[in-house]
Amino acid sequence: MRNGLLIDYEFCTGCQSCEVACQKEHGFEAGTWGIRVLDEGPWEVDAKTMNWNKIPTPTTLCDLCAERTEKGKLPSCVHHCLAAVMKYGPIDELVKEMDKKPNQVMFVPGPYICK
Amino acid sequence: MKLFKGQGTADLGKPWRYEEDGLTVTRGCAWSPPGCHPVGCGIKTYVNSAGELVRIEGDENHPVTGGRLCVRCLTMRDYVYNPDRVLYPMKRAREDRGKNRWERITWDEAFDTIAEKVAYYKENYGAESILMQGGTGREGGPMLPAYAQAALGTPNASQPLSGYSCYIPRVAGTTYVTGVAYPEMDYAGGLPGRYDDPEFTLPELIVFWGKDPLPTNGDGLFGHAAIDMMRRGSKLMSIDPRVNWVSTRADWHLRLRPGTDAALGMAMLNVIISEDLYDHDFVDKWCYGFEQLAERVKEMPPQKAAEITGVDAGFIREAARVYAAAKPAQIAWGLAIDMKSNGMQAGHCILALEAITGNLDVPGGQLVGDVNDGLELGFGWNELGPELQGKILGLKRYPAMVSFVLNAHCDMVLDTLETGEPCQFKMAGFEDCNGLAGTDCAQPQRWHDAYQNLEWCFGIDVWLTPTIQATCELFLPLSSTVEHDSVVYSHYGASPITMGAINKSITVGEGKGDAEIMYEIGRRCMPINFGRFANFYEFLEYYRLNGKTTFEELREEVVHQKTETLSYRKYETGKLRPDGMPGFNTPTGRVELYSTMFRQFGVDPLPFYEEPQLSPVSTPEKMEEYPFVLTTGARTYCYFHSEGKQIPYLREINPDPLIEINPKDALKLGVSDGQWVRVSNPFGSCVLKAKVTQTVYPGLVMAQHGFWFPEQDGEEPHLYDVWRSNINLLMPHFYVGELGFGAPYKCLICKVEPIEESYDTDMQAIWNRYSQLVVPE
Repeated sequence: MRNGLLIDYEFCTGCQSCEVACQKEHGFEAGTWGIRVLDEGPWEVDAKTMNWNKIPTPTTLCDLCAERTEKGKLPSCVHHCLAAVMKYGPIDELVKEMDKKPNQVMFVPGPYICK
Repeated sequence: MKLFKGQGTADLGKPWRYEEDGLTVTRGCAWSPPGCHPVGCGIKTYVNSAGELVRIEGDENHPVTGGRLCVRCLTMRDYVYNPDRVLYPMKRAREDRGKNRWERITWDEAFDTIAEKVAYYKENYGAESILMQGGTGREGGPMLPAYAQAALGTPNASQPLSGYSCYIPRVAGTTYVTGVAYPEMDYAGGLPGRYDDPEFTLPELIVFWGKDPLPTNGDGLFGHAAIDMMRRGSKLMSIDPRVNWVSTRADWHLRLRPGTDAALGMAMLNVIISEDLYDHDFVDKWCYGFEQLAERVKEMPPQKAAEITGVDAGFIREAARVYAAAKPAQIAWGLAIDMKSNGMQAGHCILALEAITGNLDVPGGQLVGDVNDGLELGFGWNELGPELQGKILGLKRYPAMVSFVLNAHCDMVLDTLETGEPCQFKMAGFEDCNGLAGTDCAQPQRWHDAYQNLEWCFGIDVWLTPTIQATCELFLPLSSTVEHDSVVYSHYGASPITMGAINKSITVGEGKGDAEIMYEIGRRCMPINFGRFANFYEFLEYYRLNGKTTFEELREEVVHQKTETLSYRKYETGKLRPDGMPGFNTPTGRVELYSTMFRQFGVDPLPFYEEPQLSPVSTPEKMEEYPFVLTTGARTYCYFHSEGKQIPYLREINPDPLIEINPKDALKLGVSDGQWVRVSNPFGSCVLKAKVTQTVYPGLVMAQHGFWFPEQDGEEPHLYDVWRSNINLLMPHFYVGELGFGAPYKCLICKVEPIEESYDTDMQAIWNRYSQLVVPE
């Protein structure tokens, strides 16, 4: 069973702790990321509604913090997320979580098959 | 189920210090530096056998933060080993002010020099000739009066922020109107069961009023607690001219014109009173002046407020009804309330709303402190004696501010520095204060020039800031939050949440913490206040722990929830008054909707509305030239005011100072996203980078504050390019309210013009320079 990241983007505040926690965990230079927060908005849907979603998106460098999870720790992005909107685990469990509320997205990072 | 349990459980129950994979892990609570408000977030530092900080993580054992950690602490290693950091005391000659001609000295020489200078100026010009300038957020912030009065022996402490427009107006207003320190939104932070604790009630409604507590935890409130509660069902109302992310998750967003909060507050009171939506029992038993308030707010029907604020009258009515019906409801009110000349009145409205709806001191409403849970206020004040106390600047003109916060009046300090009247400042200290960098000082170039009238100055900081480069002869290096032992109270101790141990885990150079530096200065200059402590820890236990516990005990507990002083409806139990009688600690024993204290100070005892001094309404003739309403200082996650520009991981999040402008306005002006623009008004001008965005409505712009460029030349006249993008050049001096509080940092006017030059930060250069960390051997 693959592991994945489940993100409740309804409540992602865009704090970017995931980005920096990942950079520090992996020793990435500035300008290199294992996860980035996609900033989708703000734009006016109607007079009363603004669309603005912040969606943490793993990059090609995400290894789901293999070293940490081996020791029973959570991936660094999940651990430090200020809004606590990220979950890590086997995808069948995450799918069950996904069914509980809308506006969530699951990522299953891994080696790219095209390469 | 705790929502934040997913933050990690691997280290739950670990002691304050333990070993893991050959590293020593120390649990502690963070405060500063790097600058931050005191939440006291739980951290774990991982240190190798050479004493090097290898990494830092959030501590899942912390009852409020539970392992969560923001980018400013996550980059602690880049902060503590930063190549720009100054690790030793230094001095330079008076004629070398503004030049990089610093010379390393010992702490003994540094402290002895301060003691000599203090003695000299006291003897020749009187103690009042010594000025202490302080900053905000960092641990040294609330210590400012004590630094001056207890340690140096001068009455004149001051933060160089016009009208002291940050937190203090709200705290003073609250004290005068309700007698409590500062009512914060209740998020069960001090309760063992948190949101599930039987003592707690989840708020039906959270109101963010002129406050965005998510990025920097304003006033020590852990902002993301609101997200926790929203996920459990609390609804959100946002009162803010701008769209920020959290306002897009609000059911009600009132986008008022900047500076019109008092009009909105009065109209909401009008609706709640005229429609009989208030808590009769609380008003009858615990409020004073309800009839007068009711009469006053009749003057502000929703239609009139709509004209002033730009918010639809029906929407104002709806917001008032929703707030009154929600049980409980809580308001997180913020800095925007302070940053206006009649912010005190806006604050008075908010307090009245909280009181008449029965939300004061109830679970899930506004949390207030127990009167017996003492704060560290007034240390050293009595020992000054009446003569020196009388020489605190502004006491006669602005007693409501000066006698309350024991600070010299900020704006009067500039006038005094410039004119030498009514006293001559000869010496100054700058602690945690980078006022010139678009943080505090309005008209910062005037301050810069006025500081040159000082004969001798010392500065306490982590960095050579533009402010210190421009002013000081002596530099004292400050240690970061992982390099010293101290104590942090969430909410500055104003309401009972947590008391945390700042646990030292590494040593870097010779930096010392603010509390220790104050102790060392104090025992040399004012033995009357410090002679009784055998060492720093004895002082810490007196000053921060009130002798109630030892630091050793707290260190091992790491974080203590203040359950012993947390209770609700304390007006019924006598815990709000020093005499133990029920009621509030005000002259009438009630919440004063009609303020007898305001009356005593000679101002209107009831809330009223006043236009910003410069606005489309008060200065229509200027709007042709300056067509935009200018608001400033929206918070970011990556910076705390002027701090963080040397950390590449933070800098790349927000490399350049931005001004938000609506797409329609940008199109009209010919400004494209990312283009640099000149922003000007009658007071000054600077260049910023345009961010074309719908966060602001047409006609409104928001400019970032606190920018300087540490990678640039630090010597005069450049001072790290501090004048280039300094939005406070556009802030007027002494546009304050009647009682001396509040200045229009968030409600001004300006024009915006595209320019051809680009000042984009070269991030590769930033990385090349600031990735070269200096790790001790």
